[in-house]
Amino acid sequence: MKKSKLFVALLLVCTLVFSACGSKEDKGNNSNQGNGQENTGNNGSSGNGSSNKGSGEVYVYNWGEYIDREVIDMFEEETGIKVIYNEFELNEDMYPIIKTGAVNYDVVCPSDYMIEKMIQEDLLAEINYDNIPNIANIDETYLKTAENFDPGNKFSVPYCWGTVGILYNKTMVDGPIDSWSALFDEKYKNEILMIDSVRDAFMVALTYLGYDQNTTNEEELNAARDLLKEQYPLVQAYVVDQVRDKMIGEEAALGVIYSGEAIYTQRENENLEYVVPKEGSNVWIDGWVIPKNSQNKENAEAWINFMCRPDIALKNFEYITYSTPNKAARDLIEDEDIKNSQVAFPEPSVLERCKSFKYLGEEMENLYVNKWNEVKY
Amino acid sequence: MSNQEESKVTTAEATVTLVKKSHRFSGKSLLSFPYILWMGAFIIIPLIMVVYYGLTSKTSNGFTLENLKLIADPINQRALFLSLKLSLISTLVCLLLAYPLALILKSMKLKSNSFVVLVMILPMWMNFLLRTIAWQNILENNGIINTVLKALNLPTINIINTPTAIVLGMVYNFLPFMILPIYNTLAKVDDNVINAARDLGANSFTTFRKIIFPLSIPGVISGITMVFVPSLTTFVISNILGGSKIVLIGNVIEQQFQKVGNWHAGSGLSLVLMVFILISMAILAKYDKETEGTNVW
Repeated sequence: MKKSKLFVALLLVCTLVFSACGSKEDKGNNSNQGNGQENTGNNGSSGNGSSNKGSGEVYVYNWGEYIDREVIDMFEEETGIKVIYNEFELNEDMYPIIKTGAVNYDVVCPSDYMIEKMIQEDLLAEINYDNIPNIANIDETYLKTAENFDPGNKFSVPYCWGTVGILYNKTMVDGPIDSWSALFDEKYKNEILMIDSVRDAFMVALTYLGYDQNTTNEEELNAARDLLKEQYPLVQAYVVDQVRDKMIGEEAALGVIYSGEAIYTQRENENLEYVVPKEGSNVWIDGWVIPKNSQNKENAEAWINFMCRPDIALKNFEYITYSTPNKAARDLIEDEDIKNSQVAFPEPSVLERCKSFKYLGEEMENLYVNKWNEVKY
Repeated sequence: MSNQEESKVTTAEATVTLVKKSHRFSGKSLLSFPYILWMGAFIIIPLIMVVYYGLTSKTSNGFTLENLKLIADPINQRALFLSLKLSLISTLVCLLLAYPLALILKSMKLKSNSFVVLVMILPMWMNFLLRTIAWQNILENNGIINTVLKALNLPTINIINTPTAIVLGMVYNFLPFMILPIYNTLAKVDDNVINAARDLGANSFTTFRKIIFPLSIPGVISGITMVFVPSLTTFVISNILGGSKIVLIGNVIEQQFQKVGNWHAGSGLSLVLMVFILISMAILAKYDKETEGTNVW
């Protein structure tokens, strides 16, 4: 493990350097394949009698590393629709692009509170469910949860969901952890990885203090800020994506992480354990939406329908390891451990203590950011 | 169309001034056309946009100084002073490391010194981000250095996520920008000048103080600029090696653009930062007046 560190570092550098070249080649291949298959798809489809609309394009805007790339090829092959696929890293990166209409994306995958914001600002088109029969595969529970930010499920179709919790290394902490209090415990000084995301960080503090994670009460926010400020000297680093590698490398004893990443880290390091603290937490849903300025709405609906197909949802789940709301896909999972994993598919009792984020308006969001800045000093 | 015409006009004007200034063939100055176009599109226009955003706000129309006042916020002030402090330290460290090396390079034979220069530049062929991430791997608590130290039963070092690690990252990344200009100016110093000084009775320290150092000042100045400015504005190094625990002014600006989405505040703070950079440039230019321009490479 330790000796390999140098090797890993070297390897990392090499792979990163080469992956840049590699991915370009891949893209080239994909598009070639896509074109080739598109043709055969068009020729053969009349024979197959599959009901494709023939041609056209669909502009997809999704999170980075949030789909199995093969799925895109399969979609192109089966429908004959060419996919132009782009990625974003944060909801906040995606938002201005849709808002200004810089690129006319047809289908986008934001998170709950961002969907709510976009609905409020009238940026989204209503989805025509006649074109999405596969919606039947989505578990009612999640559609109901989605109503929190999208009443009537008019604008979004759940794609992935998860919780926020603590990932800890069993060999580095005393006994199992079940509370956010561990993150504020003096004895884990310099062993804590805190999440570097404003809303998530405040969610941790607010929930621990017993307040609502969507609070707009400034006093409660101040209390949360003070708590986070006290935590500052204990924190080793504030991270988002890096928590994965740092926990695998046993760099820290505990960290705040999204459940989807937890399964991956457990595969890599079996000492790691994920828990949704007893005080409650955040449950989030990312869903497909269609922006108002979409030029290919029917193709976008075909894309969403395709994503809801059990075998496709399963393929994506196995690749990205974020929980799928697709119950038919879950039934198809062969590995019993994963199928019954408390991380990927927690019991209803766990979900009962979780809430989801609401969009709080621009002024409030700024207040959160300001309070968060005060924490780091 | 009008844009094209405008650019034609500006090019024409530029050409005229160039011709007047240089008294060269106009054909030659046409060669500067791509550069002027490039400068206009990617330097001047973005700069104007920064000024525009910095002096307006989302809510009210018209001119406002609100965004510039943000620097008075104690949080932003501390970020700015910490940035100034860390970048000054790293500039100083770079200078102390680079100057002797440049002197050594000058005294070496041509063949071997081009090899050393190559070695200095070699890391720059690799992406800046990758090199910084590699430092994270090296400095981490279970990183390469500590693994070795532990194996030798030596005490470990814990500098990751501290200002020290950030300074280290800055020095590592920007050191070549200090070495190369200093080396370039030193290489141009005629050996006969040094020999003459010796001949007239100066010892090696006096030679350095009165001859070598004054002649190398343009290189030192451009080296300082090229280390100080990127250090002052960096946000990547502080993110990666500071574990996001240490917020520099660059991080504050980045956050305004990327997380808050308030381009006005971000631009306003950038303008303030620009003032600090301009001040430092003005101070440096004072020392640089008599010389024939900066030698960047």
